[in-house]
Amino acid sequence: MLIHEQSRPGRRAFAQAPKDRPALDDIPVEMQRRAPPALPEVSEMQTVRHYTRLSRKNFSIDTEFYPLGSCTMKYNPRACNSLAMLPGLLGRHPLAPDTHSQGFLACMYELQEMLKDVTGMKRVSLVPAAGAQGEFAGVAMIRAYHDARGDGARTEIIVPDAAHGTNPATAVMCGYKVREIPTLDDGDVDVDALKVALGPQTAGIMLTNPSTVGVFERRITEIARLVHEAGGLLYYDGANLNAILGKVRPGDMGFDVIHMNLHKTFSTPHGGGGPGAGPVGVSERLVPFLPVPMVGFDGHDYHWLTEQDCPQTIGKLSTFAGNAGVLLRAYIYARLLGREGMVRVAEYATLNANYLARRLADAGFDLAYPGRRATHEFIVTLKREARELGVTAMDFAKRLLDHGFHAPTTYFPLLVPECFLIEPTETEAMDVLDGFVAAMVAIKAEAQSSPELVKTAPHTLPVRRLDDVRAARELDLRWTGSAG
Amino acid sequence: MPFIPHTEEDVRQMLAVIGVDSIDALFDEIPPTLRAKPLERVPEGLSEMQVAALMQARARTDGQPLCFIGAGAYDHHIPAAVWQIATRGEFYSAYTPYQAEASQGTLQLLYEYQSMMTSLMAMDVSNASLYDGASGLAEAVLMAVRANRKSKSRRILVPRTLHPAYRRTVRTIVGNQKIELVEVAFDASSGRTDLAALQAHAGKDFAALVIPQPNFFGALEDVDALTDFAHANGMLAIAVVNPLAMAVLKPPGDWGDAGGGADIACGEGQPLGAPLSSGGPYFGFMCAKQDLVRQMPGRIIGKTVDVEGKPGFALTLQAREQHIRRSKATSNICTNQGLLVTAATIHMALLGGEGLANVAATCHANTVDLLARLGGIDGVERVFDAPLFHEGVLRLAAPAADVLRSLAAHNVLGGYDLSADFPELGNAMLVCATELRTSDDIDEYAGKLTRIMAARTQAKCPVEPKFK
Ligand SMILES: Cc1ncc(COP(=O)(O)O)c(C=O)c1O
Repeated sequence: MLIHEQSRPGRRAFAQAPKDRPALDDIPVEMQRRAPPALPEVSEMQTVRHYTRLSRKNFSIDTEFYPLGSCTMKYNPRACNSLAMLPGLLGRHPLAPDTHSQGFLACMYELQEMLKDVTGMKRVSLVPAAGAQGEFAGVAMIRAYHDARGDGARTEIIVPDAAHGTNPATAVMCGYKVREIPTLDDGDVDVDALKVALGPQTAGIMLTNPSTVGVFERRITEIARLVHEAGGLLYYDGANLNAILGKVRPGDMGFDVIHMNLHKTFSTPHGGGGPGAGPVGVSERLVPFLPVPMVGFDGHDYHWLTEQDCPQTIGKLSTFAGNAGVLLRAYIYARLLGREGMVRVAEYATLNANYLARRLADAGFDLAYPGRRATHEFIVTLKREARELGVTAMDFAKRLLDHGFHAPTTYFPLLVPECFLIEPTETEAMDVLDGFVAAMVAIKAEAQSSPELVKTAPHTLPVRRLDDVRAARELDLRWTGSAG
Repeated sequence: MPFIPHTEEDVRQMLAVIGVDSIDALFDEIPPTLRAKPLERVPEGLSEMQVAALMQARARTDGQPLCFIGAGAYDHHIPAAVWQIATRGEFYSAYTPYQAEASQGTLQLLYEYQSMMTSLMAMDVSNASLYDGASGLAEAVLMAVRANRKSKSRRILVPRTLHPAYRRTVRTIVGNQKIELVEVAFDASSGRTDLAALQAHAGKDFAALVIPQPNFFGALEDVDALTDFAHANGMLAIAVVNPLAMAVLKPPGDWGDAGGGADIACGEGQPLGAPLSSGGPYFGFMCAKQDLVRQMPGRIIGKTVDVEGKPGFALTLQAREQHIRRSKATSNICTNQGLLVTAATIHMALLGGEGLANVAATCHANTVDLLARLGGIDGVERVFDAPLFHEGVLRLAAPAADVLRSLAAHNVLGGYDLSADFPELGNAMLVCATELRTSDDIDEYAGKLTRIMAARTQAKCPVEPKFK
């Protein structure tokens, strides 16, 4: 039942609002609303009960194994949340003067410094609100760089076919054409195709490394050289940074600009869709173009750096300074882990992925790149199961829900048929991974003995399989009934 | 090891299964020349207890000054239940509801959110959030350029009364697509968009007109005239509104004497349950008319049925989005501000329409009181005479930066200095009092400002700040 359907005219959660409604005499009547908006009229307890009950219809990291590839669904430490919500931090107005912001600014400055270190970049701006906005900032900086050199001929961004959808969408938002290059059978980018694609029209390339197929791009140094020789710049999509934290740095690989997804690598909560934070780091030549504001330090005090201090900046990306509360959580996480903990993240994420990959392969599942080392994630292709048993990756995903596991990422990257992109993360224990293998094996057995059971899954969730076609054809996007 | 459950025995067994003898061997595909040196600027790890002490000290450093700054972020009371429920792990630690059957909680909540936002805005459809108010407006501008069937123009009329940070953000985000923002002046006595200046653009080709309500100065725009102007000239009307204000002001869907209503309504969702938190995370909301729904950016949730006919909720119209359409998507947005929308939905349910109207009216009454009290001080005067909502501009007989610094030294954040963005207003500042500022708070501010202004006229020199 919707909260709207529990509404009764005149019912109120009385403790929540000021008791009175002062008259709005000074506002002309024609500018006023005739009647308050038709929001639900419910009590405080109804509201609490309703949303608590709704929450229980969700899978989440706190309740289930959530191996959603490319999303790094690791445990979100509770301290990061409670300390970021200390009243002094929670109540700080974004336009408070520097005199009343030294504590907050110190955290932001130190986060900038730590992120520089783990990425090997010259300077960092924390403001992008999520990965995709970090991508936007990065590609906009690439554009600003070419423009500043009077090089207006560069109209294309190269993107591998396995890239995340935000990459090509971002390139277009920055006014570029997208040129796709293929991925080889071993998972590496096709360097010969890259050579053909490169030219005076190349503004840059967007790469993810480890790539979205879960392997390390072994020819990265050569790729960097080729792109730079053609006058282009290299963009690093940092969605997979968890795999290499403290092990290899994008700056050392030759990248000019990177974004990090702090909601992945730095374990800030995914919140049912967000918020995230997508700081960008750059090499020397892109420093002047970083988005503002950033935090500076003169040896005594911290201060904001704005358009006045950075005249060539691409500008602002949000009203204030991005998702500050998310950045605080990432800062706290980084302080808890420390230098030694950072490296451990990459090590144990990689250990878990390789263990799970090996166990699944031993149990008869096909790895998409069997000859390769898994990074923090890997791909299983269920093409054979689909052909032999008529049970698709989608069916497996839905049946996994019945077995108490969130499904891996399905049907991404598109180039691997019937794929599962599986990312266990470092925070899962071996016995959980073993449980997942057992569930996969059990589902395969079910697919052999009673395929309908799998094809019509899930069976134990609040709803059965939903009609997506109807959702899009007969659009019902809001409640239109009447209350009570 | 913090957050890593492995025992030594686990590691030994796992390595044996993989068939390597060390964890390091798993990184053997990385060219050895690329392997990183030990980190230098990341300090050693701290225990939870140590980090707590550090953060408490940092939070204390910033104090909790008495805040009369608004300028796009407002200090409102948030019911205790809002964040207690929003931070339940089942909401907090889930992600985008790709697996609908395992995400009915988030999906139904988002559908309820869409229902509440469309009621509040009197619009047909809502998405499930964008990053914040300013970047949301940039998305609205891109959407208007795509959606306007009457005009192929890539020019947008933007009043100077729009929040300056919004104007700058929009410029950053749409600039690379050769979209041009053309500024419309404001009337110096009312602080509203100058309708005569606007008329100069009549008959010219623009994709859209941006209409802020209230505008950055707190002044109420003649939204009906502006909406009608847009429609009469083939432009889409983009409303940028404070959602709390819409509990008492005419909502975008009803704008225009011709009855057209705004085509797109967007804005900053922060007043609906998001703490100030240094400027984020907040959320951008966006509503539109039904016929624009396929041009919307971001996630949209639809109600549907399962195979047994039981109602349920799912992401819909995904063919607009980057994960399906890639370079042809309506936006690159992927991760949005879901948790803030969760909070906003609970916030709106708790307050209801009547409660929100009480909050809005109380903020307004407090601000009217504040403006009257401060405006009566020697050397302080009101600047604009248009009706306003819960924010207003004062001119000072001294540089606003100096006065605000002196106030801050006395633990009062007195307002937002307008002189950099609006030099034409002289020594002006923007002030606001929400429902949380009591009349004692307002007395305290007025008392301190009186003394500072008096000292200045006597000494004719700037008051030294305490800091440094
Ligand atoms: C490979 C990759 N790139 C980019 C993104 C976009 O990041 P965000 O969702 O934070 O915008 C994602 C995640 O969703 C991703 O997995």
